[in-house]
Amino acid sequence: MADNPPHVVLEARNVVKTYGHVTALDGVDFELRAGEILAVVGDNGAGKSTLIKTLTGAVHPTSGDILLDGAPVHFKGPLDARHAGIETVYQDLAVAPALDIAANLFLGRELRAPGLLGRLFRRLDKTRMREEARRAMGELKFRLPAIDNPVESLSGGQRQGVAVARAALFARKLVIMDEPTAALGVRETGQVLELIRSIRDRGLPVALISHNMPNVFDIADRIHIMRLGRRAAVVTPKTHSMNDVVAIMTGAATA
Amino acid sequence: MNTATVSDAETPRSLKARILGTPSVGPLLVLLGFCVIFALTNPRFLATHNLSIILQQTVIIGVLAIGQTLVILTAGIDLAVGAICVLGTIVAGKLVNLGYDPVLSMGFAILLCTAAGLAAGGLVSGLRLPPFIVTLGILGILTAALRLISEGGAFPVRDPFLAWTGNTMKLGGFVLTYGVLIMFTLYAAVWYLLNQTKWGRHTYAIGNNAEAARLVGIPVRRHLLSVYVLAGLIYGIAAWLALGRIPNADPNAMQSANLDSITAVVIGGTSLFGGRGGLIGTLIGALIVGVLRNGLTLAGIDPLWQDLVTGILVIIAVALDQMSRRKS
Repeated sequence: MADNPPHVVLEARNVVKTYGHVTALDGVDFELRAGEILAVVGDNGAGKSTLIKTLTGAVHPTSGDILLDGAPVHFKGPLDARHAGIETVYQDLAVAPALDIAANLFLGRELRAPGLLGRLFRRLDKTRMREEARRAMGELKFRLPAIDNPVESLSGGQRQGVAVARAALFARKLVIMDEPTAALGVRETGQVLELIRSIRDRGLPVALISHNMPNVFDIADRIHIMRLGRRAAVVTPKTHSMNDVVAIMTGAATA
Repeated sequence: MNTATVSDAETPRSLKARILGTPSVGPLLVLLGFCVIFALTNPRFLATHNLSIILQQTVIIGVLAIGQTLVILTAGIDLAVGAICVLGTIVAGKLVNLGYDPVLSMGFAILLCTAAGLAAGGLVSGLRLPPFIVTLGILGILTAALRLISEGGAFPVRDPFLAWTGNTMKLGGFVLTYGVLIMFTLYAAVWYLLNQTKWGRHTYAIGNNAEAARLVGIPVRRHLLSVYVLAGLIYGIAAWLALGRIPNADPNAMQSANLDSITAVVIGGTSLFGGRGGLIGTLIGALIVGVLRNGLTLAGIDPLWQDLVTGILVIIAVALDQMSRRKS
């Protein structure tokens, strides 16, 4: 098994992004492999966010290539990336609080009833959306109150769980998460990390930006370290300690 | 370390939670309460004839409140409700009096009202101006323009087609105007849109959390535009209903329509912060206002008390909404 290098799902090669005279990305490489959780860490201004934004289509790279399943892609915007099978989870809770869990899971991608009711009268298929939502939550082993509860009745962790589950439900290739636990408490962070693990275990690779080293070491298979707009190193929690990673981040050491 | 529990068992939502979670239950109880009080104090209140009158008196505000509900659900507010409706009555009346075909005249008037909605929606979604300011501006522009067009005064509009919505039909022992039927049909249609279609879901989502709606790929600006256009169309239909009730086009009419429609929406339990509430509540809210006016009039109480009681109800409704938001 170890002889076959794992399939690379999303790759960036020598990506440069400049804003006027400011260089945000200075020839960065990136590699997300099948079945892994890849943490992206780096000091403020190291280019984490810009890198992730180029991968999700929110920012256009000045030069360099992005490849999805080995084929070059040019996303014009986040919708392009989504159509290509890349889902993104944001730090702030991107849910509509008064809508129920099922409605939030399918927000923007509602299912229409079959037949004339759906085609002519544009009727939603609420039953099927609820069933699918229940099935998805069950598969992810995420504990929630009934699917027809409004999201505002949930805890912060459960709300973010809904946003993460939405990404997992619709992502065909991979999920990118931008500090998904930054707004959460310790216990709730634990819930969301568990959910991220079960997404990986179902076969979707996850790229996770995080500031929280203990979380990163708890969950990541590999750690991509950014420094000065480049990839300083890729390490694993097995071979390196938190101190090692911080040292590489700050330039005090190399991998 | 892992605190997440592994279980796919759902806690089902209790019946009590469902009933209390339905926003129109409170307003319904208020409506029934007023009905009981008025019925006990005056036997004439429950006479079918009186109930028909209440419905007829509720029609215009009831229909205007549909559009107002849509706008408020997106966290906006529409202060041009009455002015757009008056635009419809003046234009239709003027054209018919000039000898144009009544059906085409009314159609053109409704189209103009829709265009006014389009203008409001365009400014709100395109230039991202606050709905309060945009509709206040449109109110001013239309009020002035309509007074200029009608040379300041009201004029009679005598045409059977324009008056048709005021014609009556018998349903059981009930005398209903076609206007009342149109009102209920509009409520049913827009209720369906809001509750059974993607368009409705997106309307709620935008009012709830516009940023989240944008992030999941809902075309927020285009959707807002469609909400204001539909509201304009509804105000246009209300103009036809208004001509059916009073065959008179008056540029100074409906000055209280803005506040009355907002009152109906708010008493009906729709949140001024957007994203919560719905049309059933608004219908109940409009009926509460209608019942209150009618009941107090029957009791021979000074009409000033009507506004006073309505004002108190509005404050209570908004306070309850505010409190429930703080709790969650």
